[in-house]
Amino acid sequence: MVAKITVDKLTVNFDGLAAVKDLSLTVEENEILGVIGPANSGKTSFLKTLNRLNDLYPNSRTTGRVLLDHDDIFCRKEIQELRRRVGIVFAMPLPLPLSIFDNIAYGPRLHGVKNKARLTEIVEKSLMAAAIWDEVKNRLETSAFKLSGGQQQRLCIARTLAVEPEVILYDEPCSGLDPISTLKVEEAMRRLRQNYTQILVTNNVKQAARVSSRTAFFLMGEMVEIDETSRLFTTPKDKRTEDYITGRFG
Amino acid sequence: MKRPFEFIIEKLVLISGLASIIFVVLIFVFLLKEGLSLFGQENLWGFLFGQNWYPISDPPQFGILPLILGSFLVTLGAIIIAVPLGLASAIYVAEVAPSGIRDVLKTGIELLAAIPSIVLGFIGIVTLAPFLKNVFHLSSGLTALAGSIMLAFMAMPTIVSIIEDSIVSVPKSYKEGSLALGATRWQTIYRVILPAASSGILAAIMLGIGRVVGETMAVLMITGNAAVMPTSFLQPVRTLTATVAAEMGEAVAGSGHYYALFAIGIVLFVISFAINLLADWFLHRGKKKRKKR
Repeated sequence: MVAKITVDKLTVNFDGLAAVKDLSLTVEENEILGVIGPANSGKTSFLKTLNRLNDLYPNSRTTGRVLLDHDDIFCRKEIQELRRRVGIVFAMPLPLPLSIFDNIAYGPRLHGVKNKARLTEIVEKSLMAAAIWDEVKNRLETSAFKLSGGQQQRLCIARTLAVEPEVILYDEPCSGLDPISTLKVEEAMRRLRQNYTQILVTNNVKQAARVSSRTAFFLMGEMVEIDETSRLFTTPKDKRTEDYITGRFG
Repeated sequence: MKRPFEFIIEKLVLISGLASIIFVVLIFVFLLKEGLSLFGQENLWGFLFGQNWYPISDPPQFGILPLILGSFLVTLGAIIIAVPLGLASAIYVAEVAPSGIRDVLKTGIELLAAIPSIVLGFIGIVTLAPFLKNVFHLSSGLTALAGSIMLAFMAMPTIVSIIEDSIVSVPKSYKEGSLALGATRWQTIYRVILPAASSGILAAIMLGIGRVVGETMAVLMITGNAAVMPTSFLQPVRTLTATVAAEMGEAVAGSGHYYALFAIGIVLFVISFAINLLADWFLHRGKKKRKKR
């Protein structure tokens, strides 16, 4: 296995309060790493460090190292290039106020793709990869807001795919979706395993069990345990992990 | 049975609420009553499109076209200056400036709104007019351009604060979504935030226009007040408002001149009303669009 992301002694502070404490882990290429844990356990802060979205909050301080293919992401000048390589799908589906087509084409256009035929091709490919093409192929020019929540979320996945990232981060991607939409999003994730490294932060323990190859359990900003999903869910090493996955926590 | 105290408060609030509408209606009726008397001696066409404003010659001529065009020219100039400047500064304040600078700037912009227009006019006469005179080699610096520049400053606070509001009210998620795809800050502003804020921006422009059209004191002081058909920005002009302000004192009550000034008031009223209505429509449309999402 090749390490895609190496996190080394990462600490993220907001106004002096640590959201992530001294975190070290590696994410392997083409795996789906599930990250579970209760609210305020630092899952999202960890995720948003990986493409430096935490930079948007002026009160955040980050120390430690994060390597993406051996490059320290905090040394990068080209933050836009980092965000292209490490895409993110947010908790709430967040289409831009544009048509379906333009939502997907937004990223490629930013990065200089102007050719209409090429854009059409990217849009089609991305929508197919996100398992939503059949549902929207006849109405690409309508507003993305007309789609249902689950469709919007898959649209957001497609939008992320359109810029050809290497890593996709999911921040509780199904928290606002019904079970069937959730199933479709999970199916899309599984299909994407061949070509992408994925990190799935989720409140839903069962979802991690269904989708991820390895799972990490976060609590109060610290990583309690990381292991193969099958092992973590059957024979957790830590009492706290066991309590959480069996639902005895909070 | 309701307690009498409740009853009184309720009615007082009702009356206060209705007062603004009643005042508007009363003012309009009053304007109509006085202004329409003019049309006994001058027809509407001649009034609106006549090219000569000689209210006290014999026979008097009440063509307000030069005044309308004067107002139009000054307003156009002011908007051409104020909108790009206001848009840029609103973008800076809302999206770019660090919070310390933002607070200072916002206070500054509000202070700009607090300057009495007569002071701006005064500064215009003392500094701007001589400056324009030297730069363009004019016989007098009191021109449409001087008025436009001063009025641009007056419209700026309105324009900046409304555009800033509408930019701030663009959901933060749009911004994050765009940045997360690798957009730069400017690409995000230009491609996502401004289109999403467009209805607020249009409303800001309309309200800015409203502010400029209705302004009197400063234009009276610095536009040179020549009631001739304007042909360029570097020429003295006279606006509708300045005409009323300047001539009301000397117009004989009940004369054609007197009624003509009231009729100008009606024209101004209609213009402002239309502009405000349009601004309101833009704002409303923006809200409705957001609700649909």
